Amino acid sequence: MNEITNTRNNHLIDPILSIWGWEISVYLFIGGLVAGMMILSGYFLYRERHKQFVTTCTTVPLIGIILLSIGMFTLFLDLEHKLYTWRMYTTFQPTSPMSWGAWILVLVYPLLFAAMLIKVPSFIPHKYNFLFKWSEYINSNTKFIKGIGIANMTVGVGLGIYTGILLSSYGARPLWNSSILGILFLVSGLSTASAWIHMIAKDREESRLLARADNLFILFELVILGLFIINLLSSTQAHINAVKIILNGPYAAGFWVFVVGLGLVVPLLIQSLAVSHRIKHTIVAPILVIVGGLILRFVIVNAGLLSHWTKVIGLE
Amino acid sequence: MARFGMVIDTKKCVGCMDCVVACKTENNVPEGLNRDWIVQDVKGAYPTLNMQIRTERCNHCDNPPCVYCCPCGASHVHELGGVVLVHHDKCSGCKACMAACPYDARFIHPDGYADKCTFCIHRVEDGLDPACVSVCPTHCMYFGDLDDPNSELNKLLNSRKYKALIPETGTKPQIFYLD
Repeated sequence: MNEITNTRNNHLIDPILSIWGWEISVYLFIGGLVAGMMILSGYFLYRERHKQFVTTCTTVPLIGIILLSIGMFTLFLDLEHKLYTWRMYTTFQPTSPMSWGAWILVLVYPLLFAAMLIKVPSFIPHKYNFLFKWSEYINSNTKFIKGIGIANMTVGVGLGIYTGILLSSYGARPLWNSSILGILFLVSGLSTASAWIHMIAKDREESRLLARADNLFILFELVILGLFIINLLSSTQAHINAVKIILNGPYAAGFWVFVVGLGLVVPLLIQSLAVSHRIKHTIVAPILVIVGGLILRFVIVNAGLLSHWTKVIGLE
Repeated sequence: MARFGMVIDTKKCVGCMDCVVACKTENNVPEGLNRDWIVQDVKGAYPTLNMQIRTERCNHCDNPPCVYCCPCGASHVHELGGVVLVHHDKCSGCKACMAACPYDARFIHPDGYADKCTFCIHRVEDGLDPACVSVCPTHCMYFGDLDDPNSELNKLLNSRKYKALIPETGTKPQIFYLD
């Protein structure tokens, strides 16, 4: 027996670490989703298929701007010293993934805006003539469109990976000690973005292509989740205890039922039947994928906060 | 260059919490929050029990993850003695340092910034010991320069068995506990 009593009772620290609430999970989910949207729209812009894939290349960047603004607002809500938010932009700290993220976000907005301008949204009044001129200028040369595509893909990959590396860089929390989290969140972002476009695309071919792509991303995600678990199970006792929090501990139900079951396996089955024309395409599978992606962030963030090098919580 | 550290003799510590009270008084630590605390670590099964009492705080690590992860440059290593400190007016309260610290030594001050033990740097600069060390009634705490081979700290570390807390995290903690 080893019983430890501690006189400390600091807010957000004791009895269990609870520094990050729903705000960070929602932000990480939105960050991954927008990253996926940037990569997908960037890819079709690079392939100059923006006239065929209208939703992906013109509507999605606008949705990305709106979603990311919501995400950044939740990030702001989480800060404890809100008036000093600007301090992140007075320095660049190369060893801090959060600093990388803050500066990547600065690049994301103009790139999404540039992609959106390829076809100016219909709700923008004509008095903003300069936007239409910019749009004409971008469309005057395919090199500009390809360039915007490449830049969106590059920064999208950076944004998606950063949301995972942000957590994996904290060596104090064993559940997060795997850089495969960067790839997991990137692929989850691609999957949720594909599901989103599958759900909203008006063109049937576009919708079906994204459904097929989503199936591939879900398969990748299942493999990466497996590797993540193997990685931690074959590490130290602290890492084994940490991964048990999601395998058979307090977050097991959330992980197996909502992330793996309803978030990945069930939509994969539904979408596989849909793309092989056995059932109709509905919004059920995409919604399950999107909600599963959100719950994945909640499970990883909360279970990670519970994991510790010496304390074993929830597994006694 | 000095490298400040602490040696704590767990054979002498009785868990009286004088260090905790001294820290709160010296540094105006707000109600309900602590920069240092007492841990009672009981091992074994009755009647064969072994209890270690120790006073814990920020380990002022030589490889401080809280400094590396700070996006604002608020967490920093002080030029005097490698003490880990926080610039309050640079901190955005993102809590990255709290996620990064394996000792859970940091907390959010009611004014919004991350706060922690400073080794009472304001006293040390005046040639005094940190408040917790200076009040300890059993003299179980020693503060000094780990880089000085003749310091009391090194004499104790050379003559007694000791351990640091969770060294496997690679943070190189600078507080050592004599067994």
